[in-house]
Amino acid sequence: MVYLGVEGDPHYEPQPLYTGLSLRDRERPLEGIRLGFRDTRVLGRALGLTFELDEVIASPETLSEALTDAQTSQPLAILIDLPPESMVQVLSATGTDDLFINIRDRSGRWRGKDCAPGLLHTPPSHAMLSDALAQYMRALGWTDVLLIHGTTDADAEQTAAARQSTTKFGLKIVDERAFELTNDPRLRDKSNIALLTGGVRYDVVWLIDDLGDFGRYLPFATYSPRPVIGSEGLVPRAWHWTFERYGAPQLNQRFRRQADRDMTSEDWAAWVAVKIVTEAVVQAQSADRAAVHRALRGADLSVDLYKGVRGNLRDWDGQLRQPILLATPNAVIAVAPVRGFEHQFDTLDTLGADRADSACRR
Amino acid sequence: MSSGFFIPAMVMGTLLLPAAAGPASAQSGYAIVPNERGDNLTILSPDLNVVKTVETCARPRGIHFDSDHTRFFLGCADDDMIAIYDTESLELVGRIRGVPAPETFDLHPDGRRLIVSNEEDAAASVYDVETGEFLAEYLTGEEPEGVQVTSDGRLVFVASEAANLVHVIDLEADAVIADILVDTRPRRFALTPDEKELWVSAELAGIVNIIDVETLKLVGDIPFLPTGFRPEQVTPVDLVITADGQRAYVALGRANHVAVVEVPSRKVIDYVLVGSRAWGLALTANESRLYVANGLSDDVTVVDTKSLKPITSIPVGRVPYDILIDDR
Repeated sequence: MVYLGVEGDPHYEPQPLYTGLSLRDRERPLEGIRLGFRDTRVLGRALGLTFELDEVIASPETLSEALTDAQTSQPLAILIDLPPESMVQVLSATGTDDLFINIRDRSGRWRGKDCAPGLLHTPPSHAMLSDALAQYMRALGWTDVLLIHGTTDADAEQTAAARQSTTKFGLKIVDERAFELTNDPRLRDKSNIALLTGGVRYDVVWLIDDLGDFGRYLPFATYSPRPVIGSEGLVPRAWHWTFERYGAPQLNQRFRRQADRDMTSEDWAAWVAVKIVTEAVVQAQSADRAAVHRALRGADLSVDLYKGVRGNLRDWDGQLRQPILLATPNAVIAVAPVRGFEHQFDTLDTLGADRADSACRR
Repeated sequence: MSSGFFIPAMVMGTLLLPAAAGPASAQSGYAIVPNERGDNLTILSPDLNVVKTVETCARPRGIHFDSDHTRFFLGCADDDMIAIYDTESLELVGRIRGVPAPETFDLHPDGRRLIVSNEEDAAASVYDVETGEFLAEYLTGEEPEGVQVTSDGRLVFVASEAANLVHVIDLEADAVIADILVDTRPRRFALTPDEKELWVSAELAGIVNIIDVETLKLVGDIPFLPTGFRPEQVTPVDLVITADGQRAYVALGRANHVAVVEVPSRKVIDYVLVGSRAWGLALTANESRLYVANGLSDDVTVVDTKSLKPITSIPVGRVPYDILIDDR
């Protein structure tokens, strides 16, 4: 397997805020991948195979060369951790028998209109994350939602996902308000939290703030005493460092021992990417690429996600089916699919784009 | 000394339950329940009351008698040690230190060697219970769990939860001689009394895999699905087989039931409703009662094995893990 990233990726640049604070610094999820490989040691003994990892971080100029090199080595899968423009570049150069696993991007784009035949996704999409929150709100009867959002492109995509989820689960958006990071008194209706959250009745504030510099001041400061969810407060995640069930503490402890930090959702998505490939090798009983790729897409694939249910991949868009954890900074409050939400085939498909909704035509 | 308090109580227990007691010794008939999150042991009397709660080490899990049942071993996962208790006094009498995150273990028929799964170390290790000495270690898949030694003391089976493997260790050859691929998340074992079949619970697959001990190959599966549950809610963990080899009980975890299986035909004959997330199981010596540790309802359900009806559920401590009954 190959890990492919690019140098100088803005996603991993330090993002210092005023006074040297940093809210959203990210690390490449290499430790997640390495842990996945560590887990394969004894499995390899049982199968008579060894799994190898090639970590490639290419400069933007040499990305296509690095990709060609990776392709010629005929890996079982190329794990891609790339910004959107590099994703386009890589996916346009895809051969028919290449397999890419997106371990970073949550955008609906790659699962919808720009989906590629050889592309799988382990992180939950924005739609899955917002559906998880909407299910929880529905279950608790928090039906009247005040939607407060930022104005970046990332905010716009997540806001659209939130709107869609409220429609899907019968919630009502009582008002939608955009905030601005400003002290300009002429714009105070966009920056003053009491004004932003007053003058309307609601059960809950759904906040979308990708940068996080505004949103962190919203909880406990709203005009009405209501919970804040979304980017702050109760946040939907693929993984959480305090999750206590389904063997999660063992995975968290193993990760912490190896990496000396807590496992993030991104680390989990990288770890599980290795896990689904090795599971497919077990199922195929061989390391033959075609057989492994078939097993990966098969309905019989059964991967232990450490989230209580077996995971496999949606055949319509290559997305990993998985439960979503709804967590505060130090506790997992609920796991979606929330009890009571049913589906014709698989309750996990109540989260995100179902077969009929998918824009992926491949 | 608190033993002065215990001796009369135990004599009474024996008097009250003459049928349950085996050879004439000081068997109390008490059930000892380690509470994984409570860091204590709940002691239940044969008349199904809580006798007392004993504070113990951090995250107590697996529990096992020594060869003559005068002492028992308790795995202390967060203290990296195995505590040794006196069965009669319930006093701590020894420690085997430096055992990384012990989960479950089995005692070799020689009574000396304890084979322990080290959940966080991807290893099964062997300790001398008299000296506490570390004797050997075998590499397993991640998160080893169930340990089972054959009665001839030659083979040890260790389940690796994360790798979906059952490792077969040959103690004489001092080597892992086979890694058997089983279904998702193998947890615990039970051997049929003739030791021809090894039953393994596959928690996430919701089934029991059956391994032929002679050939070390999978020879059968038993799926479970109590009425009204989805397959993903069926998460079998502990299992026990009766001494006559006719019946097996399988705790179904989140399906909140214990499955009753006819062993020769491998057919499920009943599902008994118990508490929430049933894991640990123990039969009384005369097999008239089955104790079930319910991890998410913090209680132990006692089932009458004749009628297959629960008699009662007794509140214990936080997250009961396993059960040891002092009646044999």
